[in-house]
Amino acid sequence: MTAIAVPSGHYRLRHVTRMEWIKLRSLRSTWWTLALSAAAAVGIAVAVGLNTPATSRHEDLTSNLLGGVSAGLLLTGVLGVLMMTSEYASGMIRATLAAVPNRRLMLAAKAAVFGAVALALGEATSFIAFLTGGAALRHGITAPTLSQPGALRAVLLTGVSFCLIGLLGMGLGAIIRHTAAAVAVMVGGVYVAAQAVAAFAHPLLPYLPIPIVANSLSASRPMTHDVPAPLSPWAGLGLLCLYAVVLLAAGGWLLCRRDA
Amino acid sequence: MIEARALTKRYGSTVAVDGLSFDVQPGSVTGFLGPNGSGKSTTMRMIMGLDFPHAGQARIGGRRYRELRWPLREVGALLEARAFHPGRSARAHLAALAASNGIPASRVDVVLGTVGLHGAGRNSAAGRRAGKFSLGMAQRLGIAAALLGDPGVLVFDEPANGLDPEGIRWIRQLMKSLAAEGRVVFVSSHLISEMANTADRLIVIGAGKLLADTTVAELSAGSASLEDAFLDLTMGSAEFRATAAGRPDDGPPGAPQAGGYPSYPGARRSS
Repeated sequence: MTAIAVPSGHYRLRHVTRMEWIKLRSLRSTWWTLALSAAAAVGIAVAVGLNTPATSRHEDLTSNLLGGVSAGLLLTGVLGVLMMTSEYASGMIRATLAAVPNRRLMLAAKAAVFGAVALALGEATSFIAFLTGGAALRHGITAPTLSQPGALRAVLLTGVSFCLIGLLGMGLGAIIRHTAAAVAVMVGGVYVAAQAVAAFAHPLLPYLPIPIVANSLSASRPMTHDVPAPLSPWAGLGLLCLYAVVLLAAGGWLLCRRDA
Repeated sequence: MIEARALTKRYGSTVAVDGLSFDVQPGSVTGFLGPNGSGKSTTMRMIMGLDFPHAGQARIGGRRYRELRWPLREVGALLEARAFHPGRSARAHLAALAASNGIPASRVDVVLGTVGLHGAGRNSAAGRRAGKFSLGMAQRLGIAAALLGDPGVLVFDEPANGLDPEGIRWIRQLMKSLAAEGRVVFVSSHLISEMANTADRLIVIGAGKLLADTTVAELSAGSASLEDAFLDLTMGSAEFRATAAGRPDDGPPGAPQAGGYPSYPGARRSS
């Protein structure tokens, strides 16, 4: 062809992952959004701790203190959407796909990088919310500890939910491609739909993302008095994984078939 | 070399590119010329594997774009001025692209220097948010990205857009020197004068069809000027061609002469 030599080998997942990591870390807005996600969850945990009355001492305090993550999750989910849609909004997607024409590999790298960052942030947030919220408890209420049955599991799985809701948002972004529409579906589907289902199709409530996080993942013991009964923590985790995988797979399928 | 074979792209019932076949050879600048809306950008996106043709295919060095082993080291492209995130610096944008193809990070500063986006600090051209770039600076960043992998094939879609006269001379000389190094240089334009100064070979299309695959000298031989030859060739295929195409006696009395473009209030013509 020409005299310009091309080295042997070919681009692989590790190259693409490095590209996505540089892209993620070089945007200040990413870090602001992540910091706000964490601050929202921790702030609410402290407020819950300060305002827990003595009469609530026998409730699942772990779950109550972790209740603030749903606000943080909203931001992480929207950030997941933006990871895809901002590429389309700016035209960056064409530079990305010219560099990495294997679109499935590109999406896999993007999901791996963002998933890992969201997981690390989620775990840190969940532990800090649990500990600071517990420290803020008053009225002589004993703070829950990680050694209590189910507490460590609840804190860990709540951290995982940041990663899964973020990836769910990324899948939506890959499917819808337009920021405003994808954010609307994300907020509507995950948050508003929960309200509607609670009102009109109550038995389906345990299968929605936010009730899964609030009642299954963050619960240290089964919420026996709830009707309908929440999914078990592991069933809830599995279903949330399934949602993220299905949306990412659908996004990847469309990505490979549509013009960029 | 770039080979297009019966490339066809439809949008709904509109045929944007219609059975287009041509070759682009290394060692010379090949101009890709056509009126607005004639399918130049669509053709380039199909070469780059970004848009999928309905029929036909494009190959680069015998392979389709998605089969390239190190795409950025084989093909460099400038397809649009702002194919970067506005919140990212030029340096971070290029560093990310370099990482994707195992290109040494030292190439980032080399190409930033080549296109004249210098500096190391947060407020330098290379270090600040690229969203604030003028069109000319954005174009230079796009050219830097194209050169990043030192590729043997270069595809530029309207590279002179937004550049000042000095920048236009610079890009012209850059393209010529890239071709002189034995690279494939394929550059689109709707400006015939720019092509006359830059290109050796010309591929002319209109309404998605091949009109001429020739040299600048051959095309201009039979006409008063290259511009006349181009307008004769593309007559009837332009998407926007006013009825008064260059003939004032055809227009209504007192109407502004359209000169090949629809006339509308406040329209400014550059010639």
